[in-house]
Amino acid sequence: MNREKVVFAFFIVLALTLNFGFVLGEIHNANHHNAFELFAAIVVSLIATVLKFGDRTHIGAVLLATSLVADLQLLLAAGVWAYADYVSLDGLTENVVASVVSLSAGALLANLTSVILLMVETVMIRR
Amino acid sequence: MNSVIYLLLRRLRWPLITLIVVYAISITGFVLIPGMDDKGQPWQMGFFHAFYFVSFMGSTIGFGEIPYAFTDAQRYWAMLTIYVTVIAWLYGIGTMLAILQDQAFSRMRARQRFRNAVKAIQEPFYLICGYGVTGSLLVNKLASRGIQAVVVDINQQRIDDLLTDTLPMAVPALCADACEPDILTDAGLLKQHCIGVVALTNSDEVNLAVAIASKLLATRTPVISRAESQAINDNLASFGTEHIVNPFESFAEYLAMAIHSPYKHLVYDWLVNPRHRPAKIGAHQVQGTWVICGYGRMGQALHRYLGAHQVDMVVIDEDPAKFGMMDDMVLGLGTEAVTLQEARIAQAVGVVAGTASDANNLSILMTARMLNPELITVARQNQRYNERVFQAACPDYVMEPAWIIANKIMLLIKTPLLLDFLRQMGGQSDAWAQQLIERMREVVDDQELDSWSLTIDQQEAPAIMTALTDRQSVPLGVLQVDPRQRLDALKAFPLMIKRSNGLVLLPTTDTLLQEGDVILFCGRYRASALMQWTAGNYNVLRYVRDGFDGASGYVWRWLSKSYRERRKMSHEIK
Repeated sequence: MNREKVVFAFFIVLALTLNFGFVLGEIHNANHHNAFELFAAIVVSLIATVLKFGDRTHIGAVLLATSLVADLQLLLAAGVWAYADYVSLDGLTENVVASVVSLSAGALLANLTSVILLMVETVMIRR
Repeated sequence: MNSVIYLLLRRLRWPLITLIVVYAISITGFVLIPGMDDKGQPWQMGFFHAFYFVSFMGSTIGFGEIPYAFTDAQRYWAMLTIYVTVIAWLYGIGTMLAILQDQAFSRMRARQRFRNAVKAIQEPFYLICGYGVTGSLLVNKLASRGIQAVVVDINQQRIDDLLTDTLPMAVPALCADACEPDILTDAGLLKQHCIGVVALTNSDEVNLAVAIASKLLATRTPVISRAESQAINDNLASFGTEHIVNPFESFAEYLAMAIHSPYKHLVYDWLVNPRHRPAKIGAHQVQGTWVICGYGRMGQALHRYLGAHQVDMVVIDEDPAKFGMMDDMVLGLGTEAVTLQEARIAQAVGVVAGTASDANNLSILMTARMLNPELITVARQNQRYNERVFQAACPDYVMEPAWIIANKIMLLIKTPLLLDFLRQMGGQSDAWAQQLIERMREVVDDQELDSWSLTIDQQEAPAIMTALTDRQSVPLGVLQVDPRQRLDALKAFPLMIKRSNGLVLLPTTDTLLQEGDVILFCGRYRASALMQWTAGNYNVLRYVRDGFDGASGYVWRWLSKSYRERRKMSHEIK
């Protein structure tokens, strides 16, 4: 058993599940989307990215890229949310909630790709 | 991505993860702990404010309690997290600084820089392994001719020397073991611009490793290697190393030539050494008995070469094991008068101080000269720092391995034709060489005699090619005329033409040029640039050959053609 693999797979899958949990619900209803969940998704996704640093393999490079995409999307979502809540005069409107959720849904796709790549790698190893 | 960034990121993994986790916990704490706004109402801190506060708290900037004054519970949490975040930051920055100062990391960075510098080279270059005395001489010579070099040496001191040497161009250098094929690859061995590998390290084994790796990895790249022992010499030759330079053999050959055909030796010396010897030296009396002190590698090589020309020799060596290896041998060092007298120094014509110790060599020189002031003296200089003393002792010949190897390699690099010429010269008489020396002296006097080759093809001589395809005849003489004023001769003359059907030695000025000729010239280096002008510009070529500027444009050419035709017609009518 490779402990590095365990830790990495844990974070990759956790990033996906947290992300999924956040996205789940009506797209414009703020009550269906918890800020804590988004925060947790960002933290886990960042850790997953750092874990891929320094991996010279091709699949490692692709995983790094997908994690970076997820980070970018999630951070953008958080940024939009914070902007609407504290800076914008309109406050947290349904439109803003919809764009926050759709941004994190994009991250969900990236995280899904990561998990698929992880599965492909696992299947190919056969041991 | 390059390996340096990989290494940096890999080492920074744990500090970064620590930082993320610490931040996440601190932020979560602030979001969960109930606060109070300025009116005393319960207030919950959002992620936005929590992240803002933790950011400036962690970096110890500390803007205060924002947006409202904290409750005691919040202060309690802030007190705990402030230490944790600061420690996390210190851990991260400390690791980063440690990596930057790490030896392995800086070596890796140096290698990365070197690799990039080599990758950026877009011109032909030589890969030189070993930047010792010979290597630095060679790199200097190459750089002054505008030829790029790449240097690998195992000693950081020498690489630092290279960086402080004032070379006219930037020479990428790496401190690494040239035995490793990876290093050679990084140094551009596989690049198409790499036109040669030169192995000049102190160790024959390393030279062998470099040569064999180059031969296997880059089959077509020529390899020049230094070898001091015969076994390594044969080994190098066995797998097709193009040129093997043995300093002792080279010097023995050089000195033997000086003894049996002094003028040929002078021609060789003028063509090979930038600081050539005065022409009058050819008249020295050199036939007679030679005393050779030291029967090591150099002594043995000398004995072999001189023996081949039936020169009488007396050998002095202090090693009794070598005693009796030949007829005329004296046991001793040669530094004392007794030994030299036993070797009949008074009747000898020359003495060779060829031991491995510089002090002994100088002592032999002085003692021998005292016993026989007419002697021709040859001294072997082992250490470069003794140059001043050897100059003061002024022997007729100084054998300094570094110079000999550097000159010989420059000869190989300058133009391979020169090697053909020198081989051809072997078949000529010494009187022929004497005439040649006279011509060379007229051209350059005491200045450096350079040599270069010119190929009659589309690339090097487009103007001559245009004339030849027009079925015009171009004599060799046009290249010896100053293109600025055809009545003046250039300070250069041709040594040889290489044609498909053989070699022409010292061709005359009316020799007609053919496509594919390769001409070897010698003379002042400046003349080569003027010569290229004639070879490359059709108008200049016509001026030089015919004495007037011909029509160059279409219109003028048509006008002069119709004028000529009209003149011809009027002639016929008359």
